[in-house]
Amino acid sequence: MTRKRIVIVGATSAIAEQCARLWVAQSPVDLVLVARNVNKASVIASDLKARSPDSVIEVLQTDFLDAVAIKKLVDTITQDRVVDIALIAHGSLPNQKGCEQDLELNQSTLQLNAISPVLFAEAFAMHMEKTNSGTLALIGSVAGDRGRKSNYVYGAAKGLVTRYAQGLQHRFANTGIKVVLIKPGPTDTPMTSHLKKSGANLASLDCVAEEIVSSIESGKRVLYTPKKWSVIMMIIRHLPHFVFKRLEI
Amino acid sequence: MQHANEICWPQDVSNHMTQSLCQPINSTLAFGMGRSYGDSCLAVSDQVLLMRGMDRMLSANWEDGVIHAHAGLTLDQLINITLPQGWFLPVTPGTRFVTLGGAVANDVHGKNHHSMGTFGRHVSKLTLFRSVEGEVTCSADQQPDLFAATVGGLGLTGVILSVELQLQRVISNQINQRCIKFGNLEEFFALSEQYSSSNEYSVAWIDCLARNKKTGRGHYLLGNHAKQGALHAMKKTRIKMPFDPSVSMINKATLKSFNALYYHRQIRKDIQSLVRYDSFFYPLDAISGWNKMYGKQGFQQYQCVIPDDSAREVILAILNEISRSGTGSFLAVLKQFGNLPSPGILSFPMSGATLALDFPQREPENMRLFEKLDALVHEARGRLYPAKDAHMSAVHFQRAYPNWQRVENLRDPRLLSRFWQRVTQ
Repeated sequence: MTRKRIVIVGATSAIAEQCARLWVAQSPVDLVLVARNVNKASVIASDLKARSPDSVIEVLQTDFLDAVAIKKLVDTITQDRVVDIALIAHGSLPNQKGCEQDLELNQSTLQLNAISPVLFAEAFAMHMEKTNSGTLALIGSVAGDRGRKSNYVYGAAKGLVTRYAQGLQHRFANTGIKVVLIKPGPTDTPMTSHLKKSGANLASLDCVAEEIVSSIESGKRVLYTPKKWSVIMMIIRHLPHFVFKRLEI
Repeated sequence: MQHANEICWPQDVSNHMTQSLCQPINSTLAFGMGRSYGDSCLAVSDQVLLMRGMDRMLSANWEDGVIHAHAGLTLDQLINITLPQGWFLPVTPGTRFVTLGGAVANDVHGKNHHSMGTFGRHVSKLTLFRSVEGEVTCSADQQPDLFAATVGGLGLTGVILSVELQLQRVISNQINQRCIKFGNLEEFFALSEQYSSSNEYSVAWIDCLARNKKTGRGHYLLGNHAKQGALHAMKKTRIKMPFDPSVSMINKATLKSFNALYYHRQIRKDIQSLVRYDSFFYPLDAISGWNKMYGKQGFQQYQCVIPDDSAREVILAILNEISRSGTGSFLAVLKQFGNLPSPGILSFPMSGATLALDFPQREPENMRLFEKLDALVHEARGRLYPAKDAHMSAVHFQRAYPNWQRVENLRDPRLLSRFWQRVTQ
């Protein structure tokens, strides 16, 4: 049986790493880990290889903000073999107040969380269209459903990802390509460790990753994980402004 | 209440150890799964480095069974990875929810101490982070003093970053188990003499409330890895404690009847069966939150070891004291340790008999009982287990572990536990 070929962009993200662990536990896979920090990605690769000696694991690096470099990388990855799953998982949660005061932080947040994922996704879409197969999964966020004062720069970036994913889904409707948009609620990862200290209720990484892997398998269009966020965000999205403006969120 | 700083990468350790820590005590401590019963895992500063996120395998040689992994990996996670490859832990404590770092720091032992010694015997290399030197590697050949101080060293010589471990080959995930009912302590020692050297695993559950001729009655359990069967690891199928009792469910009345029922549940004297590894090694792990059975007050562990030459008399004396007090638990475990030396300066096991009990928290009764038990233990030149301890006095600790100063000399100035502060003053 041929191994599934899975590419993870942003492989050092805690959610991405947990998904990778679940994939290699299911069966041996061909895994390509694309990361900014090659040292960390290599350690992750060693871990995955130890867990699944029959898997083939490759670590690649590129400039996540350079369209030319991204295209070149994806061309290399897709040159000889098809990609069954591409998971675009990178991101960085900035300090909102910082973004309000420092335009450079604002800019880099938008670039890394909005523009970069779109460029990777579009590059993979080009290749998947040729073979009319594959699943493209993007990690958005519940923060992208409505801008709110505590987190709107990150939220705006994730909102862009949502809009983009919708477009791709429309483009690939009735084809062999599946586009999965994942919207995690706050999850227990290093990204949110500062939230944990103030007592926030964070979802377990294991549960979130399991739901992501399962949705990618089924090709579910939009996943809110944990599932309760689908109801919570529906309410949040529909609150009239005169109510929403009073919320301290 | 311990405040956790989450560690996912070795760099996180160096960041935390080299920045200024909370005032007024400028120290911390690595924290794994927190399964130590007392205060050996509690930092004096109440700031701990939570190591569970640093759980990666660094390498695995499936021909030789040598693995190298980050210290935050739990034994449970490790078994899930190694068992399908035909390898198992060389030594395992009674729970698999401890980290590699914790297993080394307490130099844990298991039901096979007589044949395999402690966990530390199978560790070939450690890497630690020390606040002055940075990352260091130690082993029996490389910085052997540091290695000896770190195995069983309660996390005080540095934050353990990674552990290299030699696993044992297994062919199956099952254990051939034999359970023999015995009527008193003398019979336990006779069974132990007869069977332990020819079986990989041995341990006894005993009824600590039985008196007179029945003192020390119980079930003697033997185990050997089965030569055939599947190799898959078991996912956690845990049941949760269905409610949180506010008072202990274990009292004189319930204990006596429970123990009697439990002793007699095995009708035949000698039963052999094939069981899965998780039910042989980790029966308590199946009940999530078992400690809640003791109610809000909780419980206190008492684990001692008595050297061979006086084990029979002293264990009998201890059991008599306990049954007189009317307190005790149904988790009374008795085992004979072997004489395989451990590489750790503060390792607990010695050749002799070890007894482990849980007492529902009751003051001042427990304190009075422990004083009497401590006197018996120390007169016999035995000792208590730091991983289980919440009451050991400095005098007793320093007498039982006369080389403790060697560990103190190598202790990282940025690491200090409440236990260590208590026993070294």
